[in-house]
Amino acid sequence: MISTALVHLSLSRFRSHTKTELDIEPKPVILFGANGVGKTNILEAVSLLAPGRGLRRKPLSDATQRGSLQPWAVHAKLSRQDGVFSIGTGLEAVSNGHRRLVRVDGSHASAGALAQLMRQVWLTPAQDRIFSGARGLRLKFFDRLVFSLFPEHAKAVSSYEKAMRQRQKLLDDGGAEPAWLDGLEQQMAQFAFLLMQNRNQTMQRLIQEIETSPDSAFPKADLELVGEDELAVLTAKCPIDENALRTGFGRSRHNDARAGRCLTGPHRADLRVSWAVKQMPASECSTGEQKALLVGLTLAHAKAVSAHQQACAPIILLDEACAHLDERRRAALIDELCQLKGQAWLSGTDRSLFEHFGNRAQFFEIKETGAMSGQAS
Amino acid sequence: MPHTSAGPQIEQLITLLSRLPGLGPRSARRAVLHLIRRKESLLEPLGRSMIEAAQRIQSCKQCGNIDVRNPCAICDAPGREQTSLCVVEQVGDLWALERAGAHRGRYFVLGGVLSAIDGVRPEDLHIDRLLALAEQPQITEVILALSANVDGASTSHYLSDVLAKANVTVTSIARGVPVGGELDYLDDGTLSAALQSRRSV
Ligand SMILES: Nc1ncnc2c1ncn2[C@@H]1O[C@H](COP(=O)(O)OP(=O)(O)O)[C@@H](O)[C@H]1O
Ligand SMILES: [Mg+2]
Ligand SMILES: [Zn+2]
Repeated sequence: MISTALVHLSLSRFRSHTKTELDIEPKPVILFGANGVGKTNILEAVSLLAPGRGLRRKPLSDATQRGSLQPWAVHAKLSRQDGVFSIGTGLEAVSNGHRRLVRVDGSHASAGALAQLMRQVWLTPAQDRIFSGARGLRLKFFDRLVFSLFPEHAKAVSSYEKAMRQRQKLLDDGGAEPAWLDGLEQQMAQFAFLLMQNRNQTMQRLIQEIETSPDSAFPKADLELVGEDELAVLTAKCPIDENALRTGFGRSRHNDARAGRCLTGPHRADLRVSWAVKQMPASECSTGEQKALLVGLTLAHAKAVSAHQQACAPIILLDEACAHLDERRRAALIDELCQLKGQAWLSGTDRSLFEHFGNRAQFFEIKETGAMSGQAS
Repeated sequence: MPHTSAGPQIEQLITLLSRLPGLGPRSARRAVLHLIRRKESLLEPLGRSMIEAAQRIQSCKQCGNIDVRNPCAICDAPGREQTSLCVVEQVGDLWALERAGAHRGRYFVLGGVLSAIDGVRPEDLHIDRLLALAEQPQITEVILALSANVDGASTSHYLSDVLAKANVTVTSIARGVPVGGELDYLDDGTLSAALQSRRSV
C-alpha cells in the first residue's frame, strides 16, 4: 500500500505550464499525451521538490516560462504516514540573478529539509545510454543513486572535488608550501572516506535488494564498483581509512603534478553492470535489454531507499520508461510499481501503454498549453 | 537598468543601492522612495554619515578590524583578556562574536581564506602579522574560528602549522549540534563532527 504520495501539485510559470493544477489520489500517476505537451516538464517540477537541479539537470532559471516576468514556482501537498506537508520551491529575483526558495508548511526552509521529507528516485531517457557512455556520466548516475539514500553524499562529493581542484592548482603552479597541500589533502581524505563509505553502503543495499527479490521479467544485474583498488595499491592499506588516503594523496603529489590531474581517488571509480544470468556486460546488451536492466536497477534502488528510510518511501519518476519495454515486461513493471510504498509517476505518449494498471492508477491526459489543468479521467 | 521617471541623480542612487547585498532593483527603488520621502530625517543624515564614515574609517594595523581609530577600540581596550587571540576570516565574523559576547580576548582578521583557485596565497592574508602577534609573550592560546568548509578547514590546517613556531596552544572552534538543535535533524557529516569533538561532562 502506498504510504508516501503527492496529493496535490501545482506548477506556475514552469516551462510550458502557465498554471497547471493536479488533484491526485494516493495512487500511481500516469501522465499521457502527445509529444511536447509538457509531461516531462511535470516530472521535472516534481524532481525539483528535492535538493539539486532536478531530473533535467539544467540551470534552475531555464525553467521559468519564456516571456514570464515572474520566476517559476512549484507547490505540492505531500502525504506521509505522519501527516500531510505543504512543500514548495521556486526562484526569487535578487540583485545578481536568482535565488532558490524552499518552503515547508508556510515557512522558509533549506533544500535539505525537502530531502528529510521526501526522497526521490528517477529514470529518464537521458540515462538510456549510460552503460555504453562515458565513465564520468556513469559515476554521476551512480552517485545520484547514493544521494537518495544519503542526502549528505552531495556535499561530500562537491567538497572532495573542491579540495582536489585547489590542490591541483597548487601543484600546477608549483612551489606550494607543504602545509597548505597537507591541509587540502586532509580535506580530500576526509571527504573521500565519507563518500566511499556512502557508495559502498549503497552498493551493498542494492545488491541485497537484487539478490532477495524474486525472479521476474527484469534481469538481475551484477553490480560492481571498480577503480578503487588503485587506491588500495596507492595507500598499501586495505580496508582503506582516512589516514591511509591522506598518506596516499601525499605520495602521489609528484605524479599528479606531472600529469596535471589527480590520478587516483574515488573520482576515478566506475560502475560496472552486467546481466547476471548471461554474464553479459550491460554495454553489450540490446537497447531494450539495457532498458530492462536500468528499470530493474531503479526498482531495486526504490526498495533500498524504502528499507533505509521507513518514514518516507521514495517517489519514483519514470519518464517514458515503458517505450522500449515489451508487453510482458511492461506488465511486470506495472505490477511491481503497484507493490511499492512510494507513489510512482509515469509518462508516455499513449494511454494504452499503461492499460495493465486498470484502476490501480490515476490517469491525467496532458493537453497543449499549460493554461488548463490536466484532466483526471 | 532600472527605469523610473526621475532624474539621473535618482537613477544613480537606485543603481548604487541595488548593488548592496540582499537588495535588487525593485527593493532599491522602494528604498530610494522611502529616503526621498524622509529627506531631512533620513536621506540627509544618511548622506552625511556615509561621507564621514568614508573619510574616517580605517583598518586596524594590529588586528585588521574596522574602526575610526587605529589601533581599534578592541585592541586598545584595557579590560580585555590579553592571553587569547581569536582568528576570524572577515570583520563580519568578529562583529558576530562580539555581538554574542562570546570571546573576551583579542582578534585577528585574516581578510579571507587560502584559495589557489581564487589566487589567495599566504602572503595575502598577513600571516606574518598574525605570527608576530602570536609570538607576543602574553598570548598563550590562538583560537581558529574559520568556516567549516574546504577552504576554511585547509586554511586552519595551514595556520596551525605556521603557529607551531610560536609558543602557543592552537585550538579550533567545535563543529556540531546547534544550540536548541535536535539530533534527528542533523546531517550525518555534522553528527559525526559533533561526536568527534565530544568532551567529558
Ligand atoms: N522555459 C520554457 N518556457 C516555455 N516553454 C518551454 C520552456 N522550456 C520548455 N518548454 C516547452 O515545453 C515543451 C516540452 O515539454 P516536455 O514536457 O518535454 O514534453 P513531453 O510531453 O513530450 O514530455 C516544448 O514544447 C518546449 O518548447
Ligand atoms: Mg518527455
Ligand atoms: Zn585592532
